[in-house]
Amino acid sequence: MELTGAEITIRCLQEEGTEYVFGYPGGAVLHIYDALFAQNQVKHILVRHEQAAVHAADGYARSTDKVGVALVTSGPGVTNAVTGIATAYMDSIPMVIISGQVPTYAIGEDAFQEVDTVGITRPCVKHNFLVKDVKEIASTIKKAFYLAKSGRPGPVLVDIPKDISNQKTEFSYPSSVNIRSYHPAQHSDLEQVKCAVQLLLAAKRPMIYAGGGVILADASKQLTELVRLLGFPCTNTLMGLGGYPATDKQFVGMLGMHGTYEANMGMQYCDVLLAVGARFDDRVVGNVKHFNQEKRKIIHIDIDPSSISKRVKVDLPIVGDVAHVLDDLLAELHGSKEKPDQQAIAPWWAQIKEWRGKNSLVYKNSDEIIKPQFVIEKLYEVTQGDAFITSDVGQHQMWAAQYYKFDKPRRWINSGGLGTMGFGLPAAMGVQLAHPDAHVACVTGEGSIQMCIQELSTCKQFQLPLKIIMLNNRYLGMVRQWQQFFHGNRYAESYMDALPDFVKLAEAYGHVGMRIEKPSDVEPALKEAFGRKQQLVFMDFITDQTENVFPMVQGGKGLSEVILAEDL
Amino acid sequence: MRHIISLLMENEAGALSRVSGLFSARGYNIESLTVAPTEDATLSRMTIVTSGSDEVIEQIYKQLNKLIEVVAVMDLSEGEHLERELMLVKVRAVGAVREEMKRMTDIFRGCIIDVSDKTYTIQLTGTGHKLESFLQAIDRSLILETVRTGASGIGRGDRILKL
Repeated sequence: MELTGAEITIRCLQEEGTEYVFGYPGGAVLHIYDALFAQNQVKHILVRHEQAAVHAADGYARSTDKVGVALVTSGPGVTNAVTGIATAYMDSIPMVIISGQVPTYAIGEDAFQEVDTVGITRPCVKHNFLVKDVKEIASTIKKAFYLAKSGRPGPVLVDIPKDISNQKTEFSYPSSVNIRSYHPAQHSDLEQVKCAVQLLLAAKRPMIYAGGGVILADASKQLTELVRLLGFPCTNTLMGLGGYPATDKQFVGMLGMHGTYEANMGMQYCDVLLAVGARFDDRVVGNVKHFNQEKRKIIHIDIDPSSISKRVKVDLPIVGDVAHVLDDLLAELHGSKEKPDQQAIAPWWAQIKEWRGKNSLVYKNSDEIIKPQFVIEKLYEVTQGDAFITSDVGQHQMWAAQYYKFDKPRRWINSGGLGTMGFGLPAAMGVQLAHPDAHVACVTGEGSIQMCIQELSTCKQFQLPLKIIMLNNRYLGMVRQWQQFFHGNRYAESYMDALPDFVKLAEAYGHVGMRIEKPSDVEPALKEAFGRKQQLVFMDFITDQTENVFPMVQGGKGLSEVILAEDL
Repeated sequence: MRHIISLLMENEAGALSRVSGLFSARGYNIESLTVAPTEDATLSRMTIVTSGSDEVIEQIYKQLNKLIEVVAVMDLSEGEHLERELMLVKVRAVGAVREEMKRMTDIFRGCIIDVSDKTYTIQLTGTGHKLESFLQAIDRSLILETVRTGASGIGRGDRILKL
């Protein structure tokens, strides 16, 4: 039987096991929406802005191990989606975006709602396709899912012109994909693994630095086993939080610009560094020249060869799927006659303990005014560390990363690479749909939340009982912090004036709103909010306006040139 | 340092822009870029002349390999290779100059492929260096138009870039 391109598109999604499509209809995707309407296997979540569709698909993908799917129309539908696509690209999130396009005969004529979608999205997708023949829809979507999920994951866009989605052809879904120009690395070079084990066993001041690649490869079990077997200290990047249990004694906290003192000092002064699924980005190692002043051997495991020796020269690269490489490393270690020598690294642990003694995350609490860190600590306690936490971007993001101790992977959902304000709420929608019975909280600020606040309406429609933890300091806090430190306290446009009454706003959308102004009310309010299992609760915490994020390694500085709260 | 990178890619619409977009997005140099289909019509062969530090060239190589439509990449300048470029030069050729221009063309083993009563169009192939030398050897004020293809490269002997 012949099916239309639109029907084929939906059949492909069914074949891929797609549970949810996040989208927004429009002229160029009307046939596809018609085909969606005619079935009930793939459920559609109607967002209020295309950016949110992509973020929601992104949150869904990050919190599961599945490919997120978004569906948008041509022109403004696509341009609105670009922020979401770039966000997913920077963090290597597997996603398929299907976009409508004007009919093939109108392409290039500046037709209504026409943009060069493939051109606009090219720099921020892993790959994209314009389908010009209905017979190619099925194979293209198959390829798109394969590309999105395999190798270093990423978003893949499929642009389907309106006439193509209405033409008919026979449908058969390919069972396999072969792309002759695409062969992502799988297994590691065992010789390299052997060398790595020798280096690790000979280390006197070892450090394990694990990033988002561990989460994406579902390799936290292997990482945890390796770290414990070796007895080494382990740090996680912002993207890697939860990859190693944060409550474990070998965990030295997050590293980087707002990392702990012990993590950054350990990173700077180690003699053997094992980097796992991380990319030495500027927010992690700061000034590369300063980092390179200390001599150390670096072993780097990554699936993407282009991540290796990009910013920091690596001594021993191992290209492969992080989970497979760690399996090989563990096998090699188990088979080795030499065992990790805890005596040899005891002085290093003593040094780390001394650094830990700085207590770099300490903050001055108050009975009068709510400290943002305190809210996150209480959030951790009330949810028993078991919630899914999404965040927006800014100070609140850093505090959430510092004070919520993630013991499991895929629980911490944030825009690390692109730093997209507005990410948190729609991402939380995707997470909640993927985990309907779990506690899902969005930690946000009064700046970020307003970038996608329209999604409160989506939450109402689909009854998503999110908890929004808004740390309201009436400033774009991170901007204000930089202005205080580097721009002579001139707070140019970083003050948030004319804020809405968020309680009333939440209520207007049909949710529960709470304003919390006293430290003593924080815990009871959180308990009440999380007790409301069926309702979205929007919590407006009025916090200290002047609080800054510490420790801080300023842009351009080295990891050991850190500012601690006590220094000011 | 100057490098000449050769690559095979799927002969598909938009593939060229993925390569040129990569170079502009990451701030890499392109001195020249040539592309045309091969004997296998599904593949295009591209030659890119670029320059950069060893680290930059390594990244260019890796980033090109990462593009989904790129089938194979080779840094020709890492080994023995040949490169050729085609140049067409239109010169003003009247009076005594006509004979001189013909003589220079012969010396450089070029040929005159179009003649009018006031102009010659000279075709020349060789390395970029040879083409530069020719332009320096003739009276610059006589040059009306210069068209260069950019270098195409191939490995010597058994150095083969194939699917």
